Amino acid sequence: MNIIVCVKQVIDPEAPPASFSINTANNKAEMKGAAPVIDPYGEYAVEAALRLKEAVGGKIIIITMGANLLREVVKKPLAMGADELILLEDEAFANLDGWQTANTLALAIKKKGEFDLVLCGREASDTNAGQTGPVIAEILGIPCIVLARKIESNEDKVKIERVNSSGYDVIESVIPAVVTVSNEVGEPRYPTIKGIMAAKKIEPIIWKPADIGYDSGAVKQRTKLQKLYQPEHEAKCEFTEGETPEEMAVNLAVKLREAKIL
Amino acid sequence: MSEYKGIVVYCESRDGKILPISAEGLGIGKKLADNLGQEVAAIIIGDKAVAQQTIAAGADRVFLVDDANLKEYQPDAYLNVLEKVITQVKPQIIIMGQNDSGRELAPRLASRFNTVATLDCVELAVDSNSKKLLQTKPVYGGNAQAVFITETDPQIVTIRTKAFAPLALDALRKGEVVSVSAELDESKLKTKIINRVEEEVVGIKLEDAPVVVAGGRGIGSTDGFKQIDELAKLLKGAVGASRPACDNNWVSDTAQVGLTGKIIAPDVYIAVAISGSSQHMSGCSGSKTIIAINKDKEANIFRHARYGVVGDWKKVLPAFTQKLKES
Repeated sequence: MNIIVCVKQVIDPEAPPASFSINTANNKAEMKGAAPVIDPYGEYAVEAALRLKEAVGGKIIIITMGANLLREVVKKPLAMGADELILLEDEAFANLDGWQTANTLALAIKKKGEFDLVLCGREASDTNAGQTGPVIAEILGIPCIVLARKIESNEDKVKIERVNSSGYDVIESVIPAVVTVSNEVGEPRYPTIKGIMAAKKIEPIIWKPADIGYDSGAVKQRTKLQKLYQPEHEAKCEFTEGETPEEMAVNLAVKLREAKIL
Repeated sequence: MSEYKGIVVYCESRDGKILPISAEGLGIGKKLADNLGQEVAAIIIGDKAVAQQTIAAGADRVFLVDDANLKEYQPDAYLNVLEKVITQVKPQIIIMGQNDSGRELAPRLASRFNTVATLDCVELAVDSNSKKLLQTKPVYGGNAQAVFITETDPQIVTIRTKAFAPLALDALRKGEVVSVSAELDESKLKTKIINRVEEEVVGIKLEDAPVVVAGGRGIGSTDGFKQIDELAKLLKGAVGASRPACDNNWVSDTAQVGLTGKIIAPDVYIAVAISGSSQHMSGCSGSKTIIAINKDKEANIFRHARYGVVGDWKKVLPAFTQKLKES
């Protein structure tokens, strides 16, 4: 089974919220003191691909798009066990909207050709758009299943457990298909030393706009970012005093009962 | 000028009742429609009985697809039906819920009309110059908010649960119900839900609970969650959890609160050993009162909490629960 996984490089979403800031000059966000990482949501997709490969065999191709991609970051899926890495690396790929992103990835997927599944994270941790997977599916004209927590391959079909608010649906689909993977799939594995050594030997394939037939003039953006800002929080926490944790707890209970909150 | 006009809200129902998020969609839809001097219409698939409810909740018109084959949600079938309805109605703005169906239907529907959707909006307004929809949504896991304009019609959005107010129901409101036929083309159905598994919830549902007691990474074990559960039961509330607690299987995934779990807005949210990452706060920041127990005074959760105790939950929680039992 040939599995393409789309993953991106993002600012570290796990860094403390206090280190987050927005550069209003270019509407870009940054995490001070934290290096970029592979999108954690995308890592779940890589993990799902690795489990499928373990179950039925095959090849995992990673596609990562952006500008200034750090090799030690974007190679992580290879170190986890993926086989090939394609980088769509160019300034032209740096500030695309949701539609342009999906369209560009779809061009690369078409160029790559043979595949059975395209996996994406359920959304990206920076844009939280949740559109890349579904829109790629529409562009390629193939089925789309979102929020997978388990994927089983059965010859020309896949069976997917799709998370919903009350449990999950079991969905059957023909392949090729696009599947977005949710965190319920389980913790992504850590790269092993062996994996890291193997990843070092794999040279990423680099595709420029011309390689995939991307014409920036022809693919107009459909959404425009008007404003990016940090919401204000009213910091007014009332801390309960006490000599011991137990005493603080009792005082809190009394206070909440008196205020009729509980 | 665009040939697209008016606002439609895709309205869903369960057990013959309109979903709260659909009523919220009609609420904001009506407001935007008034601002633009246009109509707001509801689209209903499958459940005829809900038509009058959507009118009471604000719809001027109802586009009803009444087909016995569409009683149960199937993504491909519903997507194709919506595509047919939108082709006929040509609305300028489409509002859907950011729920199980909206998050998959909206982006795919948008692609079919050469536009793009904005998911999980928390504010919607009309730009006074362009008359386009200003769509505000959380980004960077809730660390920031972005305001987008969609340049192409129809402008499609999904709205976050409880971010918008529904209108007061008015049973006397009048509206027109228009039947729309949408023959299903079976050859376009590539996926099929073959089984629906409900994970058992004991007691009150997380989304409906007035009080939620939630545990985080610091709880450390399934046993720890028994204490969370004990307090939740005492307060007739539900148990919630942050993502790390769910990923470690200390508690069911359905208890997850946050961007990747449930978005809730209870009266009281008690966060125990939860640091308060932005992605978690996205799921509970609408709570009326947040109470936090955490050993780290610098934890982000205290920036959102009204009441706090700085201390080890293992010592604080039992004493807290005990005192509430007594008083």
